[in-house]
Amino acid sequence: MIHSLFLINASGDIFLEKHWKSVVSRSVCDYFFEAQERATEPENVPPVIPTPHHYLISVLRHRIYFVAVIQSEVPPLFVIEFLHRVVDTFQDYFGVCTEAAIKDNVVVVYELLEEMLDNGFPLATESNILKELIKPPTILRTMVNTITGSTNVGEQLPTGQLSVVPWRRTGVKYTNNEAYFDVVEEIDAIIDKSGSTITAEIQGVIDACVKLTGMPDLTLSFMNPRLLDDVSFHPCVRFKRWEAERILSFIPPDGNFRLLSYHVSSQNLVAIPVYVKHNITFREGSSQGRFDLTLGPKQTMGKAVESVLVSSQLPRGVLNANLNPSQGAYTFDPVTKLLTWDVGKINPQKLPNLKGTMNLQAGASKPDENPTINIQFKIQQMAISGLKVNRLDMYGEKYKPFKGIKYMTKAGKFQVRTYQHFLMVQTSM
Amino acid sequence: MTAMQKLLQLPVNAVNMVKTVQSQVQGQEEDKSPVLSPDSGQQTWYSALQPDELRHLRSGGTGGGGGDQEERATLEEGGGGGSFQTQPLRHDDLKEMLDSNKDSLKLEAMKRIVAMIARGKNASDLFPAVVKNVACKNIEVKKLVYVYLVRYAEEQQDLALLSISTFQRGLKDPNQLIRASALRVLSSIRVTIIVPIMMLAIKEAASDMSPYVRKTAAHAIPKLYSLDPEQKDQLIEVIEKLLADKTTLVAGSVVMAFEEVCPERIDLIHKNYRKLCNLLIDVEEWGQVVIINMLTRYARTQFLNPNLNESLLEDGGSGDKTFYGSDEDEDDDEKENKEKAEAAALAKRKPYVMDPDHRLLLRNTKPLLQSRNAAVVMAVAQLYFHLAPKAEVGVIAKALVRLLRSHSEVQFVVLQNVATMTIRRRGMFEPYLKSFYIRSTDPTLIKILKLEVLTNLANETNISTILREFQTYIKSMDKDFVAATIQAIGRCATNIGEVRDTCLNGLVQLLSNRDELVVAESVVVIKKLLQMQPEKHSDIIKHMAKLTDNIQVPMARASILWLIGEYCEHVPKIAPDVLRKMAKSFTYEEDIVKLQILNLAAKLYLTNSKQTKLLTQYVLNLAKYDQNYDIRDRARFIRQLIVPTEKSGALSKYAKKLFLALKPAPVLESPFKDRDHFQLGSLSHLLNAKAGGYQELPDWPEAAPDPSVRNVEVFTLLERVTTLTSVPEWTKCSSREKRKEKKVEKPFYSDSEGESGPTESADSETNSASASDSASDSEQSRSSSESEESDEGSESEEEKENKNKKKVVKKAVKESESEQSSEEENRKLEKKIKQQEKDSETVSDDEESDSESSQSTSEDSESEAEVKKKAPVSRTPPKPVKKEKKEMSLLDLDDFEPATSPQVTPISTLLSNSLVTDLEGLSLSDSVLAPSTITPSGTLKSYELLHRITGEGLSVEYCFGRQPFSPDANMVAVQLQFTNNSTSETKNLHMKDVKLQSGMRVKEFPEIELLPAGDTASAVMGIDFCDSTQAANLQLCTSTRKFFVSIQPPVGELMRPVFLTENEFKREQGQLMGMNELTEKLILDAKYRNEHAIVQRVTTAAHLSRVPCGSDNECSPSVPPPDHPAHRFAGRTVTSGSLVLVTVATGEEGVAQLTVNCEKMVIGTMLVKDILLALTQ
Repeated sequence: MIHSLFLINASGDIFLEKHWKSVVSRSVCDYFFEAQERATEPENVPPVIPTPHHYLISVLRHRIYFVAVIQSEVPPLFVIEFLHRVVDTFQDYFGVCTEAAIKDNVVVVYELLEEMLDNGFPLATESNILKELIKPPTILRTMVNTITGSTNVGEQLPTGQLSVVPWRRTGVKYTNNEAYFDVVEEIDAIIDKSGSTITAEIQGVIDACVKLTGMPDLTLSFMNPRLLDDVSFHPCVRFKRWEAERILSFIPPDGNFRLLSYHVSSQNLVAIPVYVKHNITFREGSSQGRFDLTLGPKQTMGKAVESVLVSSQLPRGVLNANLNPSQGAYTFDPVTKLLTWDVGKINPQKLPNLKGTMNLQAGASKPDENPTINIQFKIQQMAISGLKVNRLDMYGEKYKPFKGIKYMTKAGKFQVRTYQHFLMVQTSM
Repeated sequence: MTAMQKLLQLPVNAVNMVKTVQSQVQGQEEDKSPVLSPDSGQQTWYSALQPDELRHLRSGGTGGGGGDQEERATLEEGGGGGSFQTQPLRHDDLKEMLDSNKDSLKLEAMKRIVAMIARGKNASDLFPAVVKNVACKNIEVKKLVYVYLVRYAEEQQDLALLSISTFQRGLKDPNQLIRASALRVLSSIRVTIIVPIMMLAIKEAASDMSPYVRKTAAHAIPKLYSLDPEQKDQLIEVIEKLLADKTTLVAGSVVMAFEEVCPERIDLIHKNYRKLCNLLIDVEEWGQVVIINMLTRYARTQFLNPNLNESLLEDGGSGDKTFYGSDEDEDDDEKENKEKAEAAALAKRKPYVMDPDHRLLLRNTKPLLQSRNAAVVMAVAQLYFHLAPKAEVGVIAKALVRLLRSHSEVQFVVLQNVATMTIRRRGMFEPYLKSFYIRSTDPTLIKILKLEVLTNLANETNISTILREFQTYIKSMDKDFVAATIQAIGRCATNIGEVRDTCLNGLVQLLSNRDELVVAESVVVIKKLLQMQPEKHSDIIKHMAKLTDNIQVPMARASILWLIGEYCEHVPKIAPDVLRKMAKSFTYEEDIVKLQILNLAAKLYLTNSKQTKLLTQYVLNLAKYDQNYDIRDRARFIRQLIVPTEKSGALSKYAKKLFLALKPAPVLESPFKDRDHFQLGSLSHLLNAKAGGYQELPDWPEAAPDPSVRNVEVFTLLERVTTLTSVPEWTKCSSREKRKEKKVEKPFYSDSEGESGPTESADSETNSASASDSASDSEQSRSSSESEESDEGSESEEEKENKNKKKVVKKAVKESESEQSSEEENRKLEKKIKQQEKDSETVSDDEESDSESSQSTSEDSESEAEVKKKAPVSRTPPKPVKKEKKEMSLLDLDDFEPATSPQVTPISTLLSNSLVTDLEGLSLSDSVLAPSTITPSGTLKSYELLHRITGEGLSVEYCFGRQPFSPDANMVAVQLQFTNNSTSETKNLHMKDVKLQSGMRVKEFPEIELLPAGDTASAVMGIDFCDSTQAANLQLCTSTRKFFVSIQPPVGELMRPVFLTENEFKREQGQLMGMNELTEKLILDAKYRNEHAIVQRVTTAAHLSRVPCGSDNECSPSVPPPDHPAHRFAGRTVTSGSLVLVTVATGEEGVAQLTVNCEKMVIGTMLVKDILLALTQ
């Protein structure tokens, strides 16, 4: 299936190659470079590029292109999903997935790639099994290895591959047994100029960090499971149990993992926690534009809105901006025309405001486009959908684990459009 | 210190450091090193550095981050670290490190080599040095050597062969993981010569006890296939066998092999269809994708189109509701029942009845829509799209929309597929319209695809929403996207008549947009829209005519000109004026614009020649001298058509009709129309072109093929089971009976059904099984098995009704057990015993699996299961015994008991000889019995050892005399024939200073003191070749000269005959099956089909003795042999005494089959080749 893999950095150097079948010359990447040149933005390189003899399927993560070479029919998502899994694994192993990290750990990377694919077909992608095969490098281990000449390849044979629960290694031992669950919800919304919601939905995940001895069997139940409209599970979750009782029953992997992602049913109205008042105008004939932006909390159930960050792509004609924030700091990049305003926490008594003028190129006509405002924020200790975990029970082990659950709401793709409808359909419909 | 300073200074330090290191390592050679030569050292070295190495140095000096400390440490340590700078050299240092005894040095060297490979540098010249370490004890070194080997074996085939035996040994390791990894590497070495070995290894592994090894075998199949497609038939046999495998671990891999090797053999799937459906949920994610895609194809060939009566089904299709799972309170079983009932009701009403197998597939794939893996979700989605009744397809929409939250590459693929789906089944995605709204942060690729989907979803009811959304897009800063939006508006306008005018008005307003691209795109779209009803819109055309002054985009200008030309009647006053302006600027225009100017001119000439005649001629003249030949051609063509001359042909009469014909309005279609003839989710679909290896999705059959082909006894209860519960039926019933396979395949999801009884036993077994692999683990695994058990127990507290009484009782017992620790002890003991039982069971699993599959039909009654549990246990003993026997056979002298077979006298010498060799093989005796001379049945072949020219008159030939070498029975006797062709005598002829491969031994011949001129002499020497065909390199000395000579034995000479009776032969053969058996088909030449010829040829090729076949044949050779006799030959290798058994079975028309059984596979392989050659020559 997957013939070869090339890693290409932002400046177009192939800095790692791996072949699972016979060697494919790296010149095949020229087709990729061509496509890259054609694309205006890095993320606009088509993920699938046909070449005369091969197909290139690539993903872009952390400014590195992972380009897989395919020779014959294969579901493209299969390859894409796998490549993302590779990146996730690297991240898991090295903390970051950067060119430097990969180069520093090139041998581990190679060993990982060797184990993850056999003849181009995924073999071991479960991080648990991989960690049994190849120990992740830590500073301490690297030092010890260099001194003693020992290795980061597991001494024991990876019995995890044979296990019924391939995602969990056996013989886990902790002195403190802990299980933490983070319910993180993201609001995706598009708000139009008048402040009304065009579309809004809530997507949530439950990330877990489970450090429990032995083979615990956990069940997690919700107060209001009906909220969950569409879910996808980590393979450890027993699907039938969910179908029947709406209970998450699972033997957890060891360490960090994503237990569940869900979508809150669209029948529920989504509470929008912030509002934006904006006035961004350019006058005809003047080389100045006005910028005025105020943020305020709305439907936050008494919780503070924190880590607010506003960003907006201003029209190309804007040369610079003279703005005055009532709190936080703003930056304007005159090259990319990106305005960012780090607001911080919203104080309901004194609403944050950013006001001032934008200078346009002298003589240029007023820009057609109005910018979109992207907002990021965080609200601690609340899941905006109202989802609540009822209880977490553990079976199968004698000890009493420490259990913790945390809720958080974040902005996902939260956009405020400032442009007017152009007049086309205004009246006729 | 600035960074620059560091950069400049550090290398100096480093060089010093390196120098010391080098001097340690290389001693005095330091001066010779071109890189470190004292005068220019620094500079050369500097330029040779790779950028990333520089980085290492830099941070190494500053005390750098974690990753760099390694480098630094090695530098300081000195051992081998210092020389990485010399990489551009010929890797001498690496070779040296690889040759060292220290694992740490080897590891360091291998790491660097792997880093080189990763960077794409050629490291092939290190092959010999690396491959030596293939058997290194250090695991990491070994792994890295494997990485290297797999990468370069193809380029260095001969050397790669050296490593094969290591893997062959690994294939027989008692540990399944080692067996698996040996097979994995062996099959990854792309060297054609080992194809037969790979084939054997795969066959062997395919029937291995361990599912993990079987999985590896499945992985190896496509590898071998790509190496040698001629093995296809044999591979299909293996695939067939593995398809029958019942473990989830194997299922995905073998289907993948099936898809790569023989996707057309859909018939192989029949028997496994239901099993695959049922296993699906527990297969690993990647395997799921492959299986689902394959099953989609399968279903298309086997079932009827559920949508044939689409309209009829639609009203009955309330299935949607249940599928959305909106009613959570509903018990699962009830739901299932309801669905069943519904289906049944449907079936009664309609002539179409869905095959239960078809339903099974749909039902079992549906939960996978909840997978975290986008590829799995997509695979299920396409399966539903292609196979499900229309009413049920809706389920997939939600899952696909969910994927839109994922990475942009995933979105890209999903949107492509959604775009195709929306054309056929728009309704499915309508509820999710807003999920396709575009955000300014989306990449352009995604924006355009979303736009496509939105356009496809547009209908009378939602068009106003969509258009309002489109309006905002036009204000976007991404101009490509704006252009696409304008086209999308155009498409909405053509598709939905009600909004056509509104759209047109809106687009016309865009004509005053400041951005030229927007205007241009609008013009192009307006042009298309106007073609639909031009008469109503002359004002728009006028408006556009004015635009020609400003708009510069060629496509837009061309479009405007075309419009004016086409509808010049509607704008009679403006048109000539436009032409006037265009004539003025003609020379500066782009080619497409020029062509349209010509068109406009021609059309005006035809309609309004009075005003435009001169203009037209002017334009045509300009075009006549244009640089572009298209334009010159067009001008010539138009002139001929429209300007009446005496020469002009008949066509000019029709000029008006030609130019002013009514043109059909263009249809604005989605580029995704008709893409669904490709299987969705496939690469071919994405590219809209057939990719290599794509399997067409077949059309539904007219009539369903016989469904009974899928019947397997196990599933007779299937229907009942499905109505009772939604657990995958197969896995459930198996979980009770299939004891040892449970190890891996215990279904995970299904155990949540509260089947605590069976799953518990399965769990404990799992662990016991793994415990048998690694005894050290047993403690842990036992404790974990217990934990699972008690968890099941407590879990059961939570679960209420729907359990039968028996279970409740059982659980109660368990609970009390877990409370009372003393009883727990007892249980532990019990368990231990059980475990032991099971351990012994695992041995016999292969035999059992067949019988079990038929057994595993029953499920609910515990007692029945109990009985079956016992059954295998009682059956186990024979096999271990058998195994033992195999081990013992070497010691068991009874095997060679001469008394058992009636022999005639001449054979007795043979017999004693064979006995001797047998004894030798066992190294029971070193002394040699009197060697009996066996005259080889063919003439001895002589080989040249020394040519008389190189030998300065002395020539030496050697042949293998085939007598036992008396001083040492482990040696092969080599007869040497010396001829002195010179005029002077040769003195003191002897062997000296022998350089031999390790393990080889030589017994020199006694010195020949004098060989007179023209005389010949002969001598016999013995060589122990260690059962290998490696040449023995010798030095032949005379009193004056030394000659280097080598003796290479043909494989056939590395053995000596041994006498076996037919029965013995068969028995021995039975123990050398599988990996040790090589079979080859051949066709015998007509002349040599008789027995004598065959026997003669085989015995010439190899030093073997004939096994008397069939007593009648033996007693009276004159009697014609039976129709197709088999000729058997036996021997043992000289050094190790391994049995070599050769069978030539003849058949019709000279077709024959050659079988060689030998423990030493390399010998076997070579022998097959030699005998084959001998027989077919």
